[in-house]
Amino acid sequence: MKLTELTIAAARDGLAAGEFTSVELTAANLSAMENTRDLNAFVCETAEKAQDMAAASDVRRARGADLGAMEGIPIAVKDLFCTEGVRATACSHILDGFTPPYESTVTTNLWDAGAVMLGKTNMDEFAMGSSNMSSYDGPVTNPWRAGDDGAKLVPGGSSGGSAAAVAARMAMGATGTDTGGSIRQPGAFCGVVGMKPTYGRCSRWGVIAFASSLDQAGPLTRTVQDAAIMLGAMAGHDPKDSTSVNESVPDFEAALTGDIKGLRVGVPKEYVVDGMPGEIGELWRRGVDWLKDAGAQIVDISLPHTKYALPAYYIIAPAEASSNLARYDGVRYGLRVEGDSLQDMYANTRSEGFGAEVKRRLMIGAYVLSAGYYDAYYLKAQKVRARIAQDFHDAWETVDVVLTPTAPSAAFAQGEKMDDPIAMYLNDVFTVPASLAGLPAISVPAGLSSDGLPLGLQIIGRPFDEETMFRVAGVMEREAAFTAHPMTGEA
Amino acid sequence: MSLDKDTVRRIAMLARIKVPEADLETMAGELNNILGWIEQLDEVDTDGVEPMTSVSDFRPELRADVVNDGGDAERALANAPENANGFFVVPKVID
Repeated sequence: MKLTELTIAAARDGLAAGEFTSVELTAANLSAMENTRDLNAFVCETAEKAQDMAAASDVRRARGADLGAMEGIPIAVKDLFCTEGVRATACSHILDGFTPPYESTVTTNLWDAGAVMLGKTNMDEFAMGSSNMSSYDGPVTNPWRAGDDGAKLVPGGSSGGSAAAVAARMAMGATGTDTGGSIRQPGAFCGVVGMKPTYGRCSRWGVIAFASSLDQAGPLTRTVQDAAIMLGAMAGHDPKDSTSVNESVPDFEAALTGDIKGLRVGVPKEYVVDGMPGEIGELWRRGVDWLKDAGAQIVDISLPHTKYALPAYYIIAPAEASSNLARYDGVRYGLRVEGDSLQDMYANTRSEGFGAEVKRRLMIGAYVLSAGYYDAYYLKAQKVRARIAQDFHDAWETVDVVLTPTAPSAAFAQGEKMDDPIAMYLNDVFTVPASLAGLPAISVPAGLSSDGLPLGLQIIGRPFDEETMFRVAGVMEREAAFTAHPMTGEA
Repeated sequence: MSLDKDTVRRIAMLARIKVPEADLETMAGELNNILGWIEQLDEVDTDGVEPMTSVSDFRPELRADVVNDGGDAERALANAPENANGFFVVPKVID
């Protein structure tokens, strides 16, 4: 088997058995990156750094030193993470040339666990988007096509470059961030596993902020087991992030027992939208059957405020973004566009530096926080958020996990939905509720659409119970037996 | 609530984003579409509901009040568009 086809777990075994070295594994991935540059998944390749890190890992192994959980495994990093000495621009013009003088906690943890950095991946500008079309570095092409002559498709977003890189076998795993679905939706669109942990599980320190009460880092991988391994290396308490929880990180991989007998799986009746293709509902029903056949108990539940999650999110996230992005003023880093006065310089810099979607959200955010509108919009949205969290809280009385579709459609063509923000926002209709409630959730590739495009199912867990979520996801992955490959076309 | 051109001009000023006069109408239309869709939140009964500001129910820990960073002006300034003598440089504010 080609080295780039290996899972992280299999590569770990191969490295341990001395079948190949990290230098060889890394070289194979670097060469795959070179051969698939047309997808535009990477915005920065760090080949030299990768080779050095791989060589250092091989030395550690040869010396018999303590080896980390990701020892010698080459991965990609979303451009939202600050990486010391390597660009981090959130794929925005306004952060042109920004080279962080420090390393984010999550990536520090990964390098401490032995992982090797291949480069930085493309994303929607400041993680605001569901198609990767808002990137200043240009769109990413999904390695999947609908038929041989199909149009170029979006990889989803905002972690579109990370999802495409993992799907196209350029990286064994990649970091993503998820504010309203930005790991899970691209995971579903690219046929890979995308996992968002409980809010507080991963440190946000050094991750360029979008909406601080929602942002979480998580892994994109080709299997559930790989997601469990990689999350274990990313997570952990960090005194530099006061919202990072001070609890030990469980052995997520050990939770994959394959046994879900007696577990209660909730199926919420509200996860249906107008115009949703019938095959999404059919796949969801198949998912229910798989888990039932594996011994789980299926429970019909209601999460009555589901339809209000998306509009509440589009107040809360822009409000937080308008505060967080106030720092981009042309003074300390990135782009500066001169003006007649200090105020004029600020406005010129921000007008030229931010793209259309970011500006739209900053305007909404400034409006809903402004005097006279705060109560009607922002406070109301925070109260609706409490209702949504309560829905889940009530559900946990009768179920252990919740099963839903990940997205209301398969990947769509580049350029579609660009003139209709609300149609674009609807991509996240099934992922946003878990984000607002801070819950762990994972998208698992579960089948193909009639066009041959991947579709995902989502499993949502209790707060800080990633283990049960992973256990159910592992069983679903086994039952779905998704083996389709975007590059070879093999089903 | 519907935004008019004047309100959009005011929001743009608050957000320090320049919106050309000719684009204000279009921008107002876009924002009104989104805000109109958001207004379905009025259907939700939130009487007596506490606004949710955080999903965490644990109390953040207090750290010791000690200096644990800083004193590295060179690194802090390394990405600045313009700097001089250990300071960020901005356009003149006072004549």
